[in-house]
Amino acid sequence: MKITPSLLLGCALIASGCASVNDAEVTQKAVAVMKASFNERGQAKLDRLDQDEAQRLCSIPPSATLPKDAAAGIEKANLASIKYPSDGKLLGNWRDGEKVAQSGVGMQYSDNPKNPSGANCYACHELTKEEISFGTIGPSLYNFGKVRGNSEAIQRYTYGKIYNSQAYNACSNMPRFGHKGILTEQQMKDVTALLLDPNSPVNK
Amino acid sequence: MADPMRIRATAKDGTVNVKVLMSHEMETGQRKDANGKIVPAHFIQNVTAAHNGKVVLSAQWGPAIAKNPFLEFNFKGGKAGDKIQVTWTDNKGDKRTDEAAIN
Amino acid sequence: MKSRLHAAVGSMLAGGALLAALSSNAAAQSAVDEIAKYRQQLQDGNPADLWEARGEDLWKRKGGPKKASLEGCDLGKGAGVVKGAYAELPKYFADADRVMDLETRLVHCMVTLQGYTLADATKRPFGAGSNRSDIEALTAFVTAESKGVTMNVALNHEKEKEAFRLGEKIFFFRGGPHDFACATCHGETGKRIRLQDLPNLTEKGGAQLAYTTWPAYRVSQGELRTFQWRLNDCFRQQRFPELKFTSEASIALTTFLARNANGAPFNAPAIKR
Repeated sequence: MKITPSLLLGCALIASGCASVNDAEVTQKAVAVMKASFNERGQAKLDRLDQDEAQRLCSIPPSATLPKDAAAGIEKANLASIKYPSDGKLLGNWRDGEKVAQSGVGMQYSDNPKNPSGANCYACHELTKEEISFGTIGPSLYNFGKVRGNSEAIQRYTYGKIYNSQAYNACSNMPRFGHKGILTEQQMKDVTALLLDPNSPVNK
Repeated sequence: MADPMRIRATAKDGTVNVKVLMSHEMETGQRKDANGKIVPAHFIQNVTAAHNGKVVLSAQWGPAIAKNPFLEFNFKGGKAGDKIQVTWTDNKGDKRTDEAAIN
Repeated sequence: MKSRLHAAVGSMLAGGALLAALSSNAAAQSAVDEIAKYRQQLQDGNPADLWEARGEDLWKRKGGPKKASLEGCDLGKGAGVVKGAYAELPKYFADADRVMDLETRLVHCMVTLQGYTLADATKRPFGAGSNRSDIEALTAFVTAESKGVTMNVALNHEKEKEAFRLGEKIFFFRGGPHDFACATCHGETGKRIRLQDLPNLTEKGGAQLAYTTWPAYRVSQGELRTFQWRLNDCFRQQRFPELKFTSEASIALTTFLARNANGAPFNAPAIKR
């Protein structure tokens, strides 16, 4: 029976002996326990507990690494999901983008499904210098556009990253805003502008 | 009657330190509920503390005081075994009095 | 709520000119430090005391259809022994043949000793203003009796070990539209969300800091909140459906986190923003 690193962690924290345990069985039981332990409420239905391939493979400690081909597989599948705007314009209005970045509501069972969701960028990232209430779960995005320019390639990368972060980074902590239907196309254009527009305070 | 207060009073070198924790909503009257209706104001307006029957503190409060307010004050002239009595009255006419012995 | 903030706002406004002169990273850290000072100021006069008093009352009085006191309740150290009980929970209880955290055990005793139906005992796990929760008050009372006691969750019984393993798996379970797991916010050291520092719950220091300060009076809620509430509210923000009160997942997670906190003195009921 295989004992994986996460179970060794468990064993290390257990003072008395650790019977050899089948990791796959524990995972299977954990998934079953999860599904039996929740009630649907508001817009949050039980299907939210059904994991897609990326979620399933990425349910590992940050210290654990995915096998190389698994990571590549996730990135390939998520890259394929990206839908670029049909009018070909990727830059929206940075002022509206800032509002989307500041808003943390959307998709909780306590939220009104009629209201737009925010991206809550500031929960994890620094963006403008003016906003000091920013998190550090993700890297600073200050001067994002100033550093990279806003060529078409950079615009496609930025929009793509917002649409589906795991296209570029398997198991990224960042939500897949377009792929999971969190933000609208216009909102994603506006956030792209917040990051790339030379007039955006992010780039001042 | 409203929930009891928690009163702790300790004497040291002739000064008594009194800590009072009151259970009260302290609703300002400015908040709106989920339906947009104003939640009616409900807050403590007067507080008095007495030592062996003599008033040692008198306060007039308003909506700026927090929910479940904590009051701490010192006064001179009390000793262990003496009684401290605290009374509050609110804008709805509710009232609460509690008593404790000084340690 | 306002006057607790006045001191903090006053000192933050006074520091405003200073903030403008600092780089934004230093300004952010300065704000975090000021908030920490505000929290220190709140420690005395913790309204959790009011819940503890009510909980002690509920523990002792004869309640429910059987008009029985909860003083006969076994929290793991023998019937009626409250002191130090919380620091050893969750644990396996033979009379229920499963692992239980405190809130699950309190419900068990309300049903078996006092004759409440399960529905009645669990109808209000989390209070809201005048709609009070007896479980919250009882939790405040019982946990206060473990204040200062070293966390000591044993994993002896096979079901306790299983609960720990399941809790660990659940901690890393990614799901919902945002792909969040507990680990998304609580799996790395030294991170914060906006200006709220995030403890790393997979390592001893973080787990000890976090687990030993629940239950807590949440000033922003104006209520005493328990560990079941904390888990429930995390999952809401993770965009998951609603965690069932005293569900197997909640007990497994609590076992994982409480065990990781072993060795630290228990320090609740605390007070938090």
